[in-house]
Amino acid sequence: MSGGTNGGGLVNSGFANSTGLERLEGAFTGRKSQGRKALVIYLMAGDPTVEFTISLVPRIAEAGADVVELGFPFSDPIADGPVIQAAGNRALRHFSGLDDYLAMVARIRKATPVPLVLMTHYNPIFRYGEEAFLQSAAKAGLDGAILPDLPVDEAEDWTALARANGVAPVMLEAPNTDDAHARRIAERSAGFIYMVSLKGVTGTDVGMGENLAGRVERFRAMGTATPLAVGFGISTPEQAKRIGALCDGVIVGTGIINRITAAPNTGAAINAAVDYVAELRAALDQPA
Amino acid sequence: MSKFSDLTRLPDARGHFGPYGGRFVSETLSFALDDLEKTYMRLRDDPDFQAEFDYDLAHYVGRPSPLYHAERWSKKLGGARIWLKREDLNHTGAHKVNNTLGQVMLARRLGKTRIIAETGAGMHGVATATIAALFGLECIVFMGAKDIERQAPNVARMRMLGSEVRTVTSGSATLKDAMNEALRDWVATVDDTFYVIGSVAGPHPYPAMVKEFQKVIGQETERQMMEKTGRLPDLLIACVGGGSNAMGLFAQFLHQPGVKMRGVEAAGEGLESGRHSATISAGQVGVLHGSKSYLLQDAAGQIEEAHSISAGLDYPGVGPEHSHLHDIGRVEYVSITDAEAVDATFQLSRLEGILPALESAHAIADAMRVAPALPPEHTIVVNLSGRGDKDLDTLLKAAPERFQNPAKTGDGKEGA
Repeated sequence: MSGGTNGGGLVNSGFANSTGLERLEGAFTGRKSQGRKALVIYLMAGDPTVEFTISLVPRIAEAGADVVELGFPFSDPIADGPVIQAAGNRALRHFSGLDDYLAMVARIRKATPVPLVLMTHYNPIFRYGEEAFLQSAAKAGLDGAILPDLPVDEAEDWTALARANGVAPVMLEAPNTDDAHARRIAERSAGFIYMVSLKGVTGTDVGMGENLAGRVERFRAMGTATPLAVGFGISTPEQAKRIGALCDGVIVGTGIINRITAAPNTGAAINAAVDYVAELRAALDQPA
Repeated sequence: MSKFSDLTRLPDARGHFGPYGGRFVSETLSFALDDLEKTYMRLRDDPDFQAEFDYDLAHYVGRPSPLYHAERWSKKLGGARIWLKREDLNHTGAHKVNNTLGQVMLARRLGKTRIIAETGAGMHGVATATIAALFGLECIVFMGAKDIERQAPNVARMRMLGSEVRTVTSGSATLKDAMNEALRDWVATVDDTFYVIGSVAGPHPYPAMVKEFQKVIGQETERQMMEKTGRLPDLLIACVGGGSNAMGLFAQFLHQPGVKMRGVEAAGEGLESGRHSATISAGQVGVLHGSKSYLLQDAAGQIEEAHSISAGLDYPGVGPEHSHLHDIGRVEYVSITDAEAVDATFQLSRLEGILPALESAHAIADAMRVAPALPPEHTIVVNLSGRGDKDLDTLLKAAPERFQNPAKTGDGKEGA
């Protein structure tokens, strides 16, 4: 269902010839073959500058991030909590449009093989044109895309076009998703399935998530091979370990943005972000 | 036979009006919207629910609202005869209450105990706070900081009614940002909370549901025009922000090709100034707040700030059904500037003793533009969607020179 990835970690997976979808699933299966969990890090692209993002991504990949989500700022981010909203406001003026963003992706792609996933709201993609965007995105080396306001019932064309262009359409699943929707999400999502830990926006405390174990079990019972990553509300190494134990990977965003924002200068911000990713990595790799 | 005969069957099962509408929300809200849709579809045809709704519309809201023949004003314009549908005489002073009553009744059937709403001019906020008070439900109204400043009396009214008014400072601090914040609240509180959307906008089933609750405006108008003139009106005029008062008036007549319709958007300081809210006249198709429709946006798909002197029209989107009615040519969408709307409020106040809301004044101004060229047997219905008391501060700032005692009499009579 989700494109063939014949195991092997990212480094050995024949990077130059594989599609984004394969690279993305390879990042998860690579960790899985080591008996470990994948770490997905979210950054708001262009916060505080595009050059900062380009410098930071290879560093956090070295520190243990398996996948990097790069947010494209939107004027009306209804899915985001206050921290990511503020980051988006700072980043907005650095992009005149998605072409600027893809130019940034192309530069990062030259520096690191880490899978890169776009996260933004649907309107900028709709305005650009779905197919035109996916073609440009594949050329730039983007591996996947997450559109939180494009639910599975509206995403039939999008998911088919994305797969055809080798870009993984990552769909979201929520605590109140019913069985019929879960099945459609499993069918259409590629790269990974983004399981939203709780009802709310980004940056809320995850706790144990809402019925996470049961929801993971439901996907397993459907026989999906697509990796399951959990996001929203995970910021401490302890939370990452606790939630990671239930699924294939965890997604962390607000926590790293807080550390970047608190640093006095860009050098310190990069060090703080790298240290944080290393802490998360170490917690995930600890034996249970 | 008419190509418009199918319009009464829209939207389709997934909430599409032609290419517009739909349900573009986070996965968490999809479930709540499915649930709401199922309950709404069941209750829509439930005679008990309808009877309860009709009873409260009659005895609490004060319906039917009068259809008033504005003879002096018509004569002054010297053309078509104009009738005013007096939604300003409803309890709470606007058409908004028809919809909030219906939605809060639904909320109760769904077992929700907490109500949230967004508001621009404050009329929808007041109407929601009113019905929440009536049924004893907790109510939080999200309102942009800029609107709180220019609509202070409505903020006070909501608090008097026991609601919390939550200030929204993000973005342009107006209606669209209030809606963003309401959606963020809802995604976290969806188990016990009902979101009362104030217009024919938002994700399916809101555009269809709000139309259904507002349709009473057009149903009464049809009956009243038949009684008073023996035939259907020739032209309907209503202002369009999100477009609920217009949809409420138009819905009953969509399949009647002899009834022409004009939706009046806010041209603000003029379309060429870039400071306006004329979404259909000057926008492009996009997705915002859960549905696909015309939007004010830049080339990159970022939403642009709207502008209008009237807070209720100050929104960069429009209900998806209006976009469809525009594309197929069923409704003509035009625009009126801030200055024309202000002038229209004074005209109607002095000729008919009726102070219209600045929103409704856009429709009044359009009638002033088209009526003189039409023959006297031609009839126009203008939806007077709300009363203007809330706008006095805005009017005092916009046109201080017009708040003088009448020049000749000087007998202490109030100027406005």
